[in-house]
Amino acid sequence: METVIPNELVWLIFLLPLLSFAVISLILRPFFSNKPRLSGYISISAIFGSFILSIWALTSILSAPSHELAIPDFNWLVIDSAITIHLGLIMDSLTAVMLIVVTLVSLMIQMYSQGYMQGDPSYHRYYAYMSLFTASMLGLVMVDNLLIMFVFWELVGLCSYLLIGFWFHRPAAANAAKKAFIVTRIGDFGFLAAILLLLSKTGTLDIAQLHSLAIAGTLAGTVLTLAAIGIFLGAVGKSAQFPLHVWLPDAMEGPTPVSALIHAATMVAAGVFLVARMFPLFEHSEVALLTVAIIGGLTAIFAATMGLVMTDIKRVLAYSTISQLGYMMLGLGVGGIAIGIFHLFNHAFFKALLFLGAGSVSHATGTFDMRQMGGLRKVMPWTYATFLIASLSIAGIWPLAGFWSKDEILLSSINNQPILFYLAMVTVFMTAFYMFRVVFLTFGGQYRGDNSGSHSARPHESPSVMIMPMVVLAVLAVGSGWLNVTGGFSQFLGGGETRGFFEGLFHGFTHTLPGLPIPLAWISLILAGLGILLAYAIYSARWLSAERITRLFAPLHMLFSRKYWFDELYEHIIARIVLLKGLFAGLKFFDSRGIDGAVNGIARTTVATGRVIRKAQTGQLQLYGMFIILGVVAIILAMYLSG
Amino acid sequence: MNLELLLPELSLLITAIAVIMLDLFTERKGLLAVVSIVGLAIAAGFAITMWGTDPQAIFNNMLAVDNYALFFKLLFLGIAVLVILVSVDYVSKFVHFRGEYHALVLLATLGMMLMAAATDLISIFVALELAAISFYVLVGFLKDKKSTEASLKFVLLGGIASAVLLFGMALTFGFTGTTQLPEIALAVHEMSAQGLLSNPGLILGIVLMIAGFGFKIAAVPFHMWAPDVYEGAPTPITLYLSVGSKVAGFAVILRVFYSAFALPETLSLDWGMIFAILGAIGMTLGNVVAIQQANIKRMLAYSSIAHAGYIMIGLAAIGLSIGLSPTTDTLAPLAQSSILFYVVAFALADLAAFISVIVISGKLGSDQISDYAGMGKQAPLVALALTLGLISLIGLPPTAGFIAKFYIFSDAVNNGLLWLVIIAVLNSAISAYYYLRVVKVMWLNEPAREGKVPSSLALRLALAISCLGILLLGIVPTIVMKLAEMATSMFGF
Repeated sequence: METVIPNELVWLIFLLPLLSFAVISLILRPFFSNKPRLSGYISISAIFGSFILSIWALTSILSAPSHELAIPDFNWLVIDSAITIHLGLIMDSLTAVMLIVVTLVSLMIQMYSQGYMQGDPSYHRYYAYMSLFTASMLGLVMVDNLLIMFVFWELVGLCSYLLIGFWFHRPAAANAAKKAFIVTRIGDFGFLAAILLLLSKTGTLDIAQLHSLAIAGTLAGTVLTLAAIGIFLGAVGKSAQFPLHVWLPDAMEGPTPVSALIHAATMVAAGVFLVARMFPLFEHSEVALLTVAIIGGLTAIFAATMGLVMTDIKRVLAYSTISQLGYMMLGLGVGGIAIGIFHLFNHAFFKALLFLGAGSVSHATGTFDMRQMGGLRKVMPWTYATFLIASLSIAGIWPLAGFWSKDEILLSSINNQPILFYLAMVTVFMTAFYMFRVVFLTFGGQYRGDNSGSHSARPHESPSVMIMPMVVLAVLAVGSGWLNVTGGFSQFLGGGETRGFFEGLFHGFTHTLPGLPIPLAWISLILAGLGILLAYAIYSARWLSAERITRLFAPLHMLFSRKYWFDELYEHIIARIVLLKGLFAGLKFFDSRGIDGAVNGIARTTVATGRVIRKAQTGQLQLYGMFIILGVVAIILAMYLSG
Repeated sequence: MNLELLLPELSLLITAIAVIMLDLFTERKGLLAVVSIVGLAIAAGFAITMWGTDPQAIFNNMLAVDNYALFFKLLFLGIAVLVILVSVDYVSKFVHFRGEYHALVLLATLGMMLMAAATDLISIFVALELAAISFYVLVGFLKDKKSTEASLKFVLLGGIASAVLLFGMALTFGFTGTTQLPEIALAVHEMSAQGLLSNPGLILGIVLMIAGFGFKIAAVPFHMWAPDVYEGAPTPITLYLSVGSKVAGFAVILRVFYSAFALPETLSLDWGMIFAILGAIGMTLGNVVAIQQANIKRMLAYSSIAHAGYIMIGLAAIGLSIGLSPTTDTLAPLAQSSILFYVVAFALADLAAFISVIVISGKLGSDQISDYAGMGKQAPLVALALTLGLISLIGLPPTAGFIAKFYIFSDAVNNGLLWLVIIAVLNSAISAYYYLRVVKVMWLNEPAREGKVPSSLALRLALAISCLGILLLGIVPTIVMKLAEMATSMFGF
């Protein structure tokens, strides 16, 4: 019987990276600017400490009765003694899983960054943001109160804003950062509205209390549905679900390790986590749960279609993330916490690995454009091997990690939502195709890169400080799924059944489901295999010509590569025309013709006459005064009209 | 006559006179600021000793000395100290009238303190005019074209507003027969018992008073003076107008409407709805027009118009909470204290923003937002402070602005104003755009020229105080919330 982790150390899990942020930004950056590597060491040690503590927390929770640790809290905010908001932590199985994911992935990525960011003039700033980002995410998964969670939620958004715009001298980066921030905020209003609604109807924001209210049926009906949908809207923004997915592909402008962190363990995972955390609310509202499943299933296939045609390696990965997040939402919607979070858990490792691989490739070639790559298999054997493993894993090939969680999602959706099941099956095929398109274009064939330019014409393998974390992640991309072969992972999160290891290993291949001719695992494997084969036929063996296929499906290709014109829709039609031309211009007319115009008029007259007293007699002041009187009249009229 | 209850005001008055006298005899004009700050500190000391004592009335119920008044008095004194601090550099450029500048700042403070304490329509008007006339002069202090123009506009429009206010007060007096707030409340109650409440004269009086006070707080549609005056005035005075004068306006409104027109409940519902609609219009117009401003002072002017709108949500919540549940007024003190919290949070954030503007624009000689490019490199600490101030104005955690918005929004939701809160939340989203644009220009754009932007010790001190306040309120809000609750639960008269 191991000892249970002391309470103080639990707090340290998220305080350590926070401390590292403070040390780097307050001490190292101002006073040790010539020793950038120090900040890397501090940040990595802090996150390593958090990782060790997270493991301890996990083992403690595993052995604790009902898989939960009670951590004493204290009052943070008292509103008229009627409403009290505690600052406390939830330490249950969900938190424990998330802690492991966040700390482990962040640790690997920060180690890798030492190589990737080497020589960058803003090395200190980079590690400061990384620490803050990780700390906010850890805080988000640990707190026991929706309001405090919202605080961390916003902090995570702020950090991703800072990190996406890290290379702010590139206008694309600055714009992408702004876009990410603004689009996700649209979702945040839903979340905030849900918080206010819950507070006014229940008087509490304590997550455990809200759970029990929902379970007891006190919190029910329209209020519950509205609150759940509001919370889900927040998750849609953060997890880049349709129709708020537009920010994630642009977020590629940040440094690649940042993308890895955003896509694997922090920013986008926050949305899925939020739905899982508030799951009892969703469970008791059919409408909300169905919304989650439908949005998730649609997003999965919708994003996959766009991934088929992108030429930038990071953009393909971005769409694959959106698609996989859709899977997670679908998993939550049809299966429950255990299934959705299991996919999040596996996805974190293989997606982080894919991004680190893409970073390694661009480190060697100086580009993210796959048309400028090719033939890297020979010169970058480690990168190739790990990237291949991750691609097999995301494609859902047995017995790699992705297979297990994807199969569980498919299994639950066939029982609950057959239409979504078929969509998900098509997505399986597409996923395998677009991932292996990347593999063949990048690593197969001959090097098509530019011989001029600053980078050497001969790409080289990345330094071992970058390779080592990739190897670790590759091991996880193979093995993380095995945790649930016996059903142990699901049971830890409160669901599923237990089976023997070998029985579990081949379970999907031996059990036929009603309505399917052969066992489900065979179908998904065949679909994935077909996808890989098609990619091989087009991009490696060249049995089929990519150009000809593109021409054949020109309208579809156009639709996918222009991303269904969503950017245009949002930026031009909604933002420019409706808001700027319509609403804003209307208000501007009122205020600037009347007022701003008046000021300018006065200024001009002033210049002309140079006399103070004249200014008052240009007629503008009377206009101002008129408005005061008109305002009074309007109020009185309104009062009488309303009775 | 308990003159010792008036010690904060008296000491401030004596300081103001002393400053003018000193100006005649000394060549070291720096002393003026020192004396002013000492005077403000003494006044604050007196005010602190009175905190928590039983409410008392002085001058035949003209003024009240209660926690509510003391809360605002201390706030104004604190703001005045910061205004004097940030004026040090500014004033050193003036050749003449430095003594008058300090004295007028002190007199404006005195006027606002009396506004917070006044419990009679006449004393309210006198206090309001004392503050206003001091401001009229201060706005024109630069004596250049813009400043003079601003001052003149302010005087003329302020005159109209005062006339409107006075007309409203006269009507109210005519129908209730008294100018004292508690007695007005009794008279209104009696009228409603006789079924005379729908009397158009009284309603007109109340509406005119809303308009008059609305001018003070720059509520739409009585806001038109604000952008011009904010742009033209010396920036420390713009700052004082934005955080001092506006807050004083709210102090008066809250007292007048809560103690004179709270009952019967239909009346509360009426003015609650008026404030709700004015608030919705104000924040929408302020935020949307702020987006288009290229001048940072004008942008902050529209931003403060928008914030007046947010604060009016709190007034609306009070009106509705009395109107909806007149017998159990448990919620009412809650909404009042969240208004008090909001004005403190807003004052701190606006202080941080304006002080940074004083530092940066003072060096650049320009208020254009585009000229702020690269300030993150040239003046990292000031840019950080401005960023913090703007983040608090947006209402993002972990700043005071977030908690303040949260308090006031949850009050409104509790009183059935969900629609208003939705408008307000959408407005916060719009506002993020223009606040963050400044942040982006400062941190992400390249500076136009080389070199650091220096700042004096006094400015840095003022900046540090306001930033600490923003974070303190954001992280441990309970302290100030407790004070605000004490202030509103002991509403004297």
